[in-house]
Amino acid sequence: MTTTVTERREPAGAPPGGGSRRLTERVFRVRESGIIAVLLVFVAVTTSIQPSFLNQQNLQFLLINTTVYALLALGETMVVVSRNVDLSIGSVLGLSAYVSAGMFGHHPGIPIPLVFLIGLGIGLVCGMANGLMVAVGRVPSLVVTLATLYIIRGIDILIVGGNQVTAQTLPNAFTNIPRATVFGIPYLAIAIAVVIGVGAYYLRSFRSGRELYAIGSNPEAARLAGIPVGKRIFTAFTLSGGIAGVAGVLWAAQYQTIDSTAGTGYELTVISAVVVGGVAIFGGSGSAVGAAVGALLLSSINSALNVLGFPQLWLEAISGFLLLLAITLDRIISVRLMIALRRRSPGVGT
Amino acid sequence: MEPDLNTGAAPGPATGSPPAPATGPADPDGAGWLRSVARGSVRWETGLFLLVVAIVIFGAVTSSEFLTSGNFFNTGVTSGEIAIMALPMTLIIISGEIDLSVASILGMSSALLGVLWSHHWPMLAIFVAVAVLGIVAGLINGLLVTRVGLPSLAVTIGTLALYRGVALILLGANTVSNFPSTYTNIGVLPLPHTQIPYNIAIFVVLAVIFGIVLHATATGRSIYAMGASPEAALFAGIRVKRVKTMLYVVSGLVCALAGVLWTFRLSTAVQNNGLGIELDVVAIVLLGGVSIFGGKGTLAGVVLAVIAFAGLQNALLLTNFNQEATGIVIGALLLVSVFAPNVGRLRQLSLPRWARGRGSRSGRGSPQAPAVGSGT
Repeated sequence: MTTTVTERREPAGAPPGGGSRRLTERVFRVRESGIIAVLLVFVAVTTSIQPSFLNQQNLQFLLINTTVYALLALGETMVVVSRNVDLSIGSVLGLSAYVSAGMFGHHPGIPIPLVFLIGLGIGLVCGMANGLMVAVGRVPSLVVTLATLYIIRGIDILIVGGNQVTAQTLPNAFTNIPRATVFGIPYLAIAIAVVIGVGAYYLRSFRSGRELYAIGSNPEAARLAGIPVGKRIFTAFTLSGGIAGVAGVLWAAQYQTIDSTAGTGYELTVISAVVVGGVAIFGGSGSAVGAAVGALLLSSINSALNVLGFPQLWLEAISGFLLLLAITLDRIISVRLMIALRRRSPGVGT
Repeated sequence: MEPDLNTGAAPGPATGSPPAPATGPADPDGAGWLRSVARGSVRWETGLFLLVVAIVIFGAVTSSEFLTSGNFFNTGVTSGEIAIMALPMTLIIISGEIDLSVASILGMSSALLGVLWSHHWPMLAIFVAVAVLGIVAGLINGLLVTRVGLPSLAVTIGTLALYRGVALILLGANTVSNFPSTYTNIGVLPLPHTQIPYNIAIFVVLAVIFGIVLHATATGRSIYAMGASPEAALFAGIRVKRVKTMLYVVSGLVCALAGVLWTFRLSTAVQNNGLGIELDVVAIVLLGGVSIFGGKGTLAGVVLAVIAFAGLQNALLLTNFNQEATGIVIGALLLVSVFAPNVGRLRQLSLPRWARGRGSRSGRGSPQAPAVGSGT
């Protein structure tokens, strides 16, 4: 949002010669496979030290812990790719978690899908408010979503008012959602993986998905190319909000005790996961799969520290260091690539 | 702080203002003022000042406690550190960057203070160590942003976690609270013969220094220049990287100071001191009329925003409004602060000249930009 001029991530030169295109494709593949390789190496090293890291119970725990973050990372990816940011997701999650799970207390016997719809609805409304202000008001999303972070959390606090939803009021069918497994794999993890797959496919292959990348690469050029910039950005924020709403219901099923602090600070963790997963913070590149793997990597580190008997205290510092390492490496690679591209096609570069 | 210095810093309102004097004499004063509000040419600081007055009136009417000296002390002492951290943040945002790690630097300094004190270091040596820690933390931010060329938003989200993590490693779940009362008195006693808390006195001194640097020195002008256009500033011979690095170092140092004040005020060093207040600091600076894109804003506006923020929280507290929910009011004000300057611009949206001007400006910025979608 600040130094936009120097932060071009799309290395494709104007006339894509055969050589440069192949190179670009290779790097796009590296973007994804890099983070996956890091994850695999990390799992391998951890397992070689402590084999119990890969036991079924620990893996289930790890996957369940990742679901909410990975889901939020999908929504955040859509927004970040279009050179925006959504800081309000933690507050949306908190509001949705309390209101939707509270339904079980107010209306015993309410069907669970309806509760999910309520969560989705809350999220969509919040997301639409963000999207409207950013797209129509043409104001920086950082400021708008910082404001809605406060406002939505404030509304949450007014509604909660010192109460909390406790596990007793929640039906077993609801609290079992994160626990149900098939062949040892949690249903929920499979469902989330499918959702992320659909989201990634949409971003990669649908016209409106591709246009989000175009907007993120160069908003002005995208507008001149006839892309409905406002509409696309509005959609991205609406989806991000809706996803945060559903994530709130899942959060409630997982933690079962919901007060007004639910989801506080999630926005920065999710943005960390997204950036570690290779999504450029200034838009235009990155994928939903990468972001989900980023989320998985962060919770793997958390779990590994546990298993290896490291003090849990180290987690925060390590995840911060990892984020810095990821963006520094990404920067070095993209600078190298820029130089290589310029050598290959003289006259195209700046 | 001088008003005439500020007008040059805010090109948006300044370009809108020339018609205002022309219509001014013809119109009755009230209508002219309203019109210039609509045009967005009224200075944001004026609006903030009116807001502060309104908050004071609201507080005084709804609570007899509000205008007492004891309440003044309490309000000041609880918002002193946030106010102090808003000063370097103002300069950083005007220069076109952001620093989200401020609260973590505060927490890390507080943790180091606690650890060294529990290891029986002399207080003077601890102060030096904490100051060095703040400088190093700021230097890491600054070098990653300027020398490696990373976006400051991502860098400082990373160091936000890293520095808070260091605080966790330093102090763990421990709490250090056996500080001598000579120091912890700053939380309960004002400056001798006044009702001014120590941290507010420090804030006032720092605000004057930062105000002079920002509005009356070449360095200050260069901060505006690099915020408005980093490339133009570079071509004008401004050492953009060096100045930005310095700003981060200063921010680190000031946040370390805030960490010491915070620790003594609560007479407790814990790792989660100041957790999450980075967004409060950013909100205050933006509320003060500083543009998130850089290049615009005044320190006077930020000082007014600090007063508004503290006054509002205090007034709502005294009226038994759920204090946590003051976020709604803060958030709403933040939205007003970002939409208000745009009201004038939206009115001009229909002018073709504006559209053409904007198109050519972005056209000049784009030669570096690759043709979108051609490779994919």
